[in-house]
Amino acid sequence: MEILNAIKTFKPEVETEVNVWFKAAHVTAFPENGGACVKYKDMQVAVFNFTRRNEWFACQNLCPHKMQMVLSRGMVGSVEGEPKVACPFHKKTFSLKTGECLNAEECSIAVFPVKIEDGYVHIGFTK
Amino acid sequence: MKRIVIVGNGMVGYKLCEKLRSRSAEVEIIVYGEEPRPAYDRVHLSSYFSGSTADDLLMAPASWYVENNITLHTGELVIDIDREKKTIKTHMGRHDHYDHLVLATGSSAFVPTIDGVERDGVFVYRTIEDLNDIIAYSKKVKRGAVMGGGLLGLEAAKALIDLGLETHVVEFAPRLMPRQIDDAASEVLAHKLSQLGITIHLGKNTKSIDGNGKLEGLSFADGSKLDIEMLVISAGIRPRDELAKATLLNVHPRGGILVDQHLRTNDENIFAIGESAVFNNMVYGLVAPGYEMADIVARQITGDNAKTFNGFDMSTKLKLIGVDVGSFGDPFCDNTPSIPIVFKNKHKGVYKRINISEDGKLLLGGILIGDASQYNILHQMVANKMPLPENPETLIIGNGSAKGGDEGAGVKGLPDTAQICSCENITKGELVHQITECGITSVDGLKKSTKACTGCGGCTPLVNDLLKITLESMGHKVKKVLCEHFDFSRQELYDLIKVKGIKSYDALLDMHGKGDGCEICKPAVASLMASIWNDLILEQDTIQDSNDRFLANIQRGGTYSVVPRIAGGEITPQKLSAIGRIAEKYNLYTKITGGQRIDMFGARMDQLPDIWEELVAEGFESGHAYGKSLRTIKSCVGSTWCRYGVQDSVSFAVLIEERYKGLRAPHKLKGAVSGCIRECAEAQSKDFGIIATDKGWNLYVCGNGGARPQHAKLLVTDVDSETCIKYIDRFLMYYIRTADPLTRTATWLNKLDGGLEYLYDVVVNDSLGIGEMLEKEMEGLIATYHCEWKKVVEDPALRAKFRHFVNSDDADENIEYVDMRGQKCPVDWNKK
Ligand SMILES: Cc1cc2nc3c(=O)[nH]c(=O)nc-3n(C[C@H](O)[C@H](O)[C@H](O)COP(=O)(O)OP(=O)(O)OC[C@H]3O[C@@H](n4cnc5c(N)ncnc54)[C@H](O)[C@@H]3O)c2cc1C
Repeated sequence: MEILNAIKTFKPEVETEVNVWFKAAHVTAFPENGGACVKYKDMQVAVFNFTRRNEWFACQNLCPHKMQMVLSRGMVGSVEGEPKVACPFHKKTFSLKTGECLNAEECSIAVFPVKIEDGYVHIGFTK
Repeated sequence: MKRIVIVGNGMVGYKLCEKLRSRSAEVEIIVYGEEPRPAYDRVHLSSYFSGSTADDLLMAPASWYVENNITLHTGELVIDIDREKKTIKTHMGRHDHYDHLVLATGSSAFVPTIDGVERDGVFVYRTIEDLNDIIAYSKKVKRGAVMGGGLLGLEAAKALIDLGLETHVVEFAPRLMPRQIDDAASEVLAHKLSQLGITIHLGKNTKSIDGNGKLEGLSFADGSKLDIEMLVISAGIRPRDELAKATLLNVHPRGGILVDQHLRTNDENIFAIGESAVFNNMVYGLVAPGYEMADIVARQITGDNAKTFNGFDMSTKLKLIGVDVGSFGDPFCDNTPSIPIVFKNKHKGVYKRINISEDGKLLLGGILIGDASQYNILHQMVANKMPLPENPETLIIGNGSAKGGDEGAGVKGLPDTAQICSCENITKGELVHQITECGITSVDGLKKSTKACTGCGGCTPLVNDLLKITLESMGHKVKKVLCEHFDFSRQELYDLIKVKGIKSYDALLDMHGKGDGCEICKPAVASLMASIWNDLILEQDTIQDSNDRFLANIQRGGTYSVVPRIAGGEITPQKLSAIGRIAEKYNLYTKITGGQRIDMFGARMDQLPDIWEELVAEGFESGHAYGKSLRTIKSCVGSTWCRYGVQDSVSFAVLIEERYKGLRAPHKLKGAVSGCIRECAEAQSKDFGIIATDKGWNLYVCGNGGARPQHAKLLVTDVDSETCIKYIDRFLMYYIRTADPLTRTATWLNKLDGGLEYLYDVVVNDSLGIGEMLEKEMEGLIATYHCEWKKVVEDPALRAKFRHFVNSDDADENIEYVDMRGQKCPVDWNKK
């Protein structure tokens, strides 16, 4: 797989200043077209391996609707081309590009850049 | 600018605001409403009992009035009108000037003067406050009655049933709904209602409402008595004409403000509309005529005097406690020479009557009970004086395998002037215009552009048909598609997957879809593939709905619950102790479920494989509580122990549950087997229910508990076990093949063209010739059954999918518990 050797960065549409690239896990730890949860300091981050689009996304694991740590278990998909994740609890969907809630008036979620380097998933944080 | 003051913010008053504003921005609109909230949907008041909130019922939120520049004073009663000065006065002392005044004061429930009506425990059924009072009081009592067996009375009776009360209906007339239906129809309806647990007392003249302080019973003129603890009076309505009377406007001796064709009172600046108005000696107690009046007044005020009110067709169709009732045109023809054609099947609870003109050319009216599917078209035939077919009886009798179509053909035959939506007065021509000229292609689109279907909703099926036919005539293919990623219905995808042998979601999306999929099509396709191939669902874990993905039910806090299968609710003491031991070890909250098994809550995702490893070792299998699949077959103890039982219901339930375990379907499936007519297993509330008879089994299908309960319908009687299973095989496979995603069997049947009779034809008469194929398909699924949890427990790669963090073995520390009656429970998420 050529992707394993190259460095590839996936930046969300929301500007974030990256000071730390956190090496999370090998790409094979993330299911295809699905997500898994990464622990960074005290934080839970949902990381999605969107194989179908050849893209990676990361966002907070907390669904703001009922304050549940579950977005990594959500289902990925798209609406009119916009990549999104649906929370398993009540199917609130959030754009993986902007973090915006797409089907309700919930607040947005934080999204983070992802970098694939040497077959490992790195997530970009400000601190 | 003209200043319009509207007294009363009910459904009709609200409609006037809407109509006025849409006609002109150049009038000032001021509304006074006595009730504490803006106008709400009184027609659907009873849905308050099934979960609608007061906010859901609002016709429009308070902000709508602001946005439309309408001044709304809620909680303010208008108490006086000074016609000379053209001012009104409210109970708060406010004075207001008007150029035009519109009285939309509605009506109140009529309460007859009977000894004791003032007692505690006597209620009426009209406002949200009334309902709140009824709900509060019902908690303290067990037996209730409704006085009045009319439309509203029966609706109130349903409310009492929903509140869990023993329910009686007391009617003065010798039949139910005396204004809409005849004696024979009443008999069929009464029979149906009594099956639902409502006791009906006809021809009862209530003399007094007895009790010592609070209500204890009713005494009737014939000397009999009825013990009850609460009473809802629904004896008709009284137009609210007190304000009109006080200012010397003409009123009817039996109540109501007299109006002319222009809805004007005897003061040319004052109109009256809705249920407070009397036109031609008649109060129009329905929303549709009220809306029509609002439209006419809005026109007059804005300078269009052409349209007048000329009475209104009072035909009605409704679902009363799950029973269809329709009454249209002249239902009785007491004073018109006519020939009635009657069809009656008391066992099935169906009664239909149509009145044909003496020359056999026209339909004059009729009554439908138990099956009102032809209501819309019959009603249209009357309203448009459409010619009758040669054999008019086919209109109500059908030919057994009646496949829809009829209604469709009927819509085609309607003239353009035919009124389709009576609430909003929308004609066929207007709807067709929207479709052909304005590019509208969906019912939602038509609702937005014309407001059709937004009142009582009764015309929705007709609008649906019209849309379909019109689009088809334009050469459009009309189809139900799954979502933006697939231009196919679920049934079409079923065939594609099966015929082309497609085994993965990605392959299907590549070949027949577009985009990246979503949370609608992924689980739907997952379910289809499970129903067709029955491969281990975790081979495609990320297209499974979250519960299926982790083979457990996600609960508040993000933990899961674990439900092993306990077929038929039968369990050995050893296995029972095993569950106890395992639950204790992992500190799980345990509860008995409604399906006669045990649910263990509070397992973290990472604990699931360990817990299941122990359960599997004890001989348990997955209960599939997480899947859209067979849940349980509930059973009563049956003839093995019970002195009443006539068949061994437990053995049959175990057999059936073992047969269909793991079967995935468009939605969850539940079954039950009762050992005798007493029905302790509640089989009639299940997707398929079996009740023992002394000759074999009766099979019921398409029942449903849930938000909108529906009793299962009797499919066959007195069949042996083998035949019973054969029919269930066919029934389930046919449902799996044809239902839309997430549609329970009850809803599926409701939508199935031809309904139960058609289903009977397919399953029992094998009218489509697919019986054997369906049985084979079921055999295939049964032969490939596997316990998903056993496979996971044995496979380290699958087990690894249950870790909470991919980069740490830590458990999720965000899960918090509180203690409740000695067990753990998650912290309430509203308090987080
Ligand atoms: C349970 C139930 C079910 C029904 N089901 C159906 C159905 O299926 N189909 C159907 O067509 N119809 C149905 N109806 C009837 C329908 O609700 C009425 O026809 C409709 O509400 C009449 O509207 P309205 O605006 O004339 O009167 P209302 O809705 O009664 O509104 C009048 C308003 O004016 C207020 N008011 C009165 N006097 C004053 C005053 N002096 N100052 C200020 N405010 C005042 C009242 O408080 C009230 O809020 C049902 C009614 C009920 C109660």
